[in-house]
Amino acid sequence: MSQTAEDRKGSAGIVQPRTFQHPADFLLKCGATLPGFELVYETYGALNETASNAVLICHALSGNHHAAGYHSADDGKPGWWDACIGPGKPIDTDRFFVVSLNNLGGCHGSTGPLTDNPATGTAWGPDFPTVTVSDWVRSQALLADHLGIERFAAVVGGSLGGMQAMQWAIDEPDRLGAAVLIASAARLSAQNIAFNEIARQAILSDPEFHDGHYRARGRNPDMGLMLARMVGHVTYLSDDGMGRKFGREIKSGDIAQGRNVEFQVESYLHYQGRSFSGRFDANTYLLMTYALDYFDPASEYGNDLVAALSGTTCDFCVISFSTDWRFSPARSREITDALMTARKNVVSCEIESEHGHDSFLLPIGRYFDVLGGYFHRLAEGAGIAR
Amino acid sequence: MRADLAIIADLVNPGARVLDLGCGEGELLARLRDDKAVNGYGLEIDPGNITTCIRNGVNVIEQNLDAGLDNFADDSFDMVVMTETLQSVKAPVQMLKEMLRIGRECIVTFPNFGHWRCRAYLATRGRMPVSEHLPHSWYDTPNIHLCTFLDFERLCQAEGFNIIERFVVDAAHANRPLINRFPNFFGTFAFYRLGRPGS
Repeated sequence: MSQTAEDRKGSAGIVQPRTFQHPADFLLKCGATLPGFELVYETYGALNETASNAVLICHALSGNHHAAGYHSADDGKPGWWDACIGPGKPIDTDRFFVVSLNNLGGCHGSTGPLTDNPATGTAWGPDFPTVTVSDWVRSQALLADHLGIERFAAVVGGSLGGMQAMQWAIDEPDRLGAAVLIASAARLSAQNIAFNEIARQAILSDPEFHDGHYRARGRNPDMGLMLARMVGHVTYLSDDGMGRKFGREIKSGDIAQGRNVEFQVESYLHYQGRSFSGRFDANTYLLMTYALDYFDPASEYGNDLVAALSGTTCDFCVISFSTDWRFSPARSREITDALMTARKNVVSCEIESEHGHDSFLLPIGRYFDVLGGYFHRLAEGAGIAR
Repeated sequence: MRADLAIIADLVNPGARVLDLGCGEGELLARLRDDKAVNGYGLEIDPGNITTCIRNGVNVIEQNLDAGLDNFADDSFDMVVMTETLQSVKAPVQMLKEMLRIGRECIVTFPNFGHWRCRAYLATRGRMPVSEHLPHSWYDTPNIHLCTFLDFERLCQAEGFNIIERFVVDAAHANRPLINRFPNFFGTFAFYRLGRPGS
């Protein structure tokens, strides 16, 4: 669907991805060393003279660097969080300089399983080392150095992105003013890990997976990726939301004849799954879900989240959504309670929404009021002019 | 600043840890933060109030008081404040006990149903009093647990809550000699500073 110029009012405009090269060895938490890496990133707005207005956007499981704006004049589809980032939007690019990257291990241009391993001259594939949220934070800090950003006004993320924002607060306390944690958790629950494992098994058991060496054979585990996305997608929506969107509507066939019936919801999931398998790398998907599962900052502090957060100095904004059962409001409340016990500045909201976990990507009125209000306060507090 | 909040602000020590139950737009916490270096949190459920708190840099947490305060540890605050909310919570006694579990002291304010105007209204018209300060009809009022100062003090006595200080004012939040002499008859609002049993 193409957008008119009118629709693009308040857009970050046409943006070009750029590449940051880190030329030196980079030791990962798992013990492996990457011989340098590249990160693809975009920026929106302008960095002010004191470099005090930078905001880092951390993406979720299947996200990438293209958070806002368009890639060309006839590009019909804006970045994944375009509703939230742009002139006059909640994260106002008239005030803030916004940085968004594709994480290490990603499949949209940053160093990852699709990149050649210099030691072998072939793509890393399944041999790309395990990357943790902490590794991402360190690589993002190097990108910040490169951009001349000593301290972010805020680090923001939803879901897995919120975990990165929390890790930033713990690992780099002097380098951010605020951490905005949206629909996130301090660690995944058993149920949440279980859903990730179902998704992984869908990929691993696809005959076209070939132990991760599918590219070398010119194949792709499309069916596995499609199933992974389908199960994921169901968990990102709510029962009510799906009921309202699809109900029992039938796309084709006739129940009376009892055969070859396709419900709208099935058709939708097939479409989502197929489209995903065409644009996402299976090894990256596995890597991202492991990063999600292993994230648990409290584990390094005797399983005490309060202790893990006690060294943080930034302010926190914690947002959850009423029908999100994958990253439920209770998980956000755990974070908020720990922050209050640790005597940190925190605001916390539970937004009414029928859209489940996906809510964090949607322009929900109250959600954007809260985010816009928070960033307004950040700008006023830090003396960031328009 | 609302006059009642100014009275409360005077009762809070500098640097205290304050929890404000039903913090509204966060005026009290903002004032305590600016004037007394108070690190406080406010609980609120109204979305508009919450956004206003956020825009004013007040630590606001979306939480329904009637769902309990289990998430707060014993002794985690110096002072727990609840302004004009006691009369609308489901379980006021439990709420007061919780406030004194979480905080060493608490401040509670509420309107006096024993004020002479209420008494006169009921006596002369035979109907539930409706006034400027209690503007709701009986069927749509959020004030489901109205009481008089006398009622409240009887409760404190029965539960062993220690009344450290009491401050009674008129509708304009001013204190007058007549009010001090007959608080339960002439007082409109009261501020009670409570301590734990035996404190």
